[in-house]
Amino acid sequence: MSVSVRIPTILRTYTGGSAEVSGEGATLREVLAKLDSDYPGIGARILDESGKIRRFVNVYVGEEDVRFAQGLDTPAPEGTQISIIPAVAGG
Amino acid sequence: MSLDFGPAVALSCRECGARYPLGPSFACVECFGPLEAAYEFGHVTREQIESGPASIWRYRSLLPVPADVATKPNMNPGWTRLVKAGNLGRALGFKSLHVKDDSGNPTHSFKDRVVAMAVEAARNFGFHTLSCSSTGNLAGAVTAAAARAGLEACVFIPADLEQAKIAMARVFGGRLIGIDGTYDEVNRFCSELIGDPLGDKWGFVNVNLRPYYAEGSKTLAYEIAEQLGWRLPEQIVIPIASGSQLTKIDKGFKELVALGLVEDTPYKIFGAQAAGCSPVSTAFKAGHEVVQPVKPDTIAKSLAIGNPADGPYVLDIARRTGGAVEDVTDAEIVEAIRLLASTEGVFAETAGGVTVGVLKKLAESGRLDPEAETVVLNTGDGLKTLDVIAADAAPTAVIRPSLDAFRATV
Repeated sequence: MSVSVRIPTILRTYTGGSAEVSGEGATLREVLAKLDSDYPGIGARILDESGKIRRFVNVYVGEEDVRFAQGLDTPAPEGTQISIIPAVAGG
Repeated sequence: MSLDFGPAVALSCRECGARYPLGPSFACVECFGPLEAAYEFGHVTREQIESGPASIWRYRSLLPVPADVATKPNMNPGWTRLVKAGNLGRALGFKSLHVKDDSGNPTHSFKDRVVAMAVEAARNFGFHTLSCSSTGNLAGAVTAAAARAGLEACVFIPADLEQAKIAMARVFGGRLIGIDGTYDEVNRFCSELIGDPLGDKWGFVNVNLRPYYAEGSKTLAYEIAEQLGWRLPEQIVIPIASGSQLTKIDKGFKELVALGLVEDTPYKIFGAQAAGCSPVSTAFKAGHEVVQPVKPDTIAKSLAIGNPADGPYVLDIARRTGGAVEDVTDAEIVEAIRLLASTEGVFAETAGGVTVGVLKKLAESGRLDPEAETVVLNTGDGLKTLDVIAADAAPTAVIRPSLDAFRATV
């Protein structure tokens, strides 16, 4: 499945400055694995040593925070947009 | 560009400790952890502080601001009253209870404290527009501070906010954009805007200026300690939205001890949430170290953050200090607003109903010590959330202007 992935400013050093790159995979886990093979090292910025999404990263598939869906097993339908965003506070 | 952040010398990652030069960045490149200001404090004395202005600027040597900050156009927030709450204390069984009433700030919430830091950071970085994602109080604090500082403002809110907060944010000028979604969705939108040319030269107070902005909440800790006669309270009840305020009050207490400004006495920190948005309370009770996000549904809209970024730190602090995190229902929030108002003459917004409600709940269940010096925060003004008590607010009686008619009502 082909998807688009929005890259936050602090990870654009990996993507040569691109804010959005194309990705592939049936689930978020597969998309992130492919992303890391395209842009080596980026995966370890998003996932911790045990392979879980770091606690200060929010990942959205479409409009949904994947923590409300199936986490890394959330399906990534054709054409969907995935966003990787640092957690921020406020109020 | 020469930067002047007073005693702040760097940004450091709260997760992994990586250090970065002072700049408009907020997340660690290594681990995405939140960045915060790191300081090299000079010699700071009680006398220096006490001779300063009656605003947060009396603590300027402990904040990421230039030494001459008080001479610049800003809102001069803080130094709000610490109300000795004898009546409320008696009602709930406390020997010594105080309410830190932050409704007395210029735009009637604690947000003026944090925005004042962000304004100085925006000036330092040469930004022309001040922005934020807001649950309401922050929007008004930002548009007001921008007006005074001569900056443009463009703020983003969930479209369904209380009318009073919308009106207040609007009156100061600038642009107010309602977003059809929750606060967490507004926040996400702002995070994406920040990496886009549309948001170039914009200071988002709670995103790219957050390491500076958040430090403003330390002034609550400083003021409470100074107003108690340079002592730390033994117990404090603090509302949790993102968790930033609670985290920074703890940081403020620790700094006062490290600088020798107060004695190193133990304190317990208690967090308060609304049951309709209680991800941190739920995680605390379950013994978890991370917070599962929720979709908020509560009248305490200023605390309605379902994905609280500083939640893990709140859990650490409540556990480290021997405190707790608790939540109360919307009905208990309204009851607590009435209790505080009718015992102390303090009219709190829903967030203050949450803290007083949790104070009551923790007192009744014995988790707060009634003998210990206790402080409860009210972070905003009841006039901003009037709807929650206005529904059944009517005159006790309506009569003709005659003594007989009045006598009949007695």
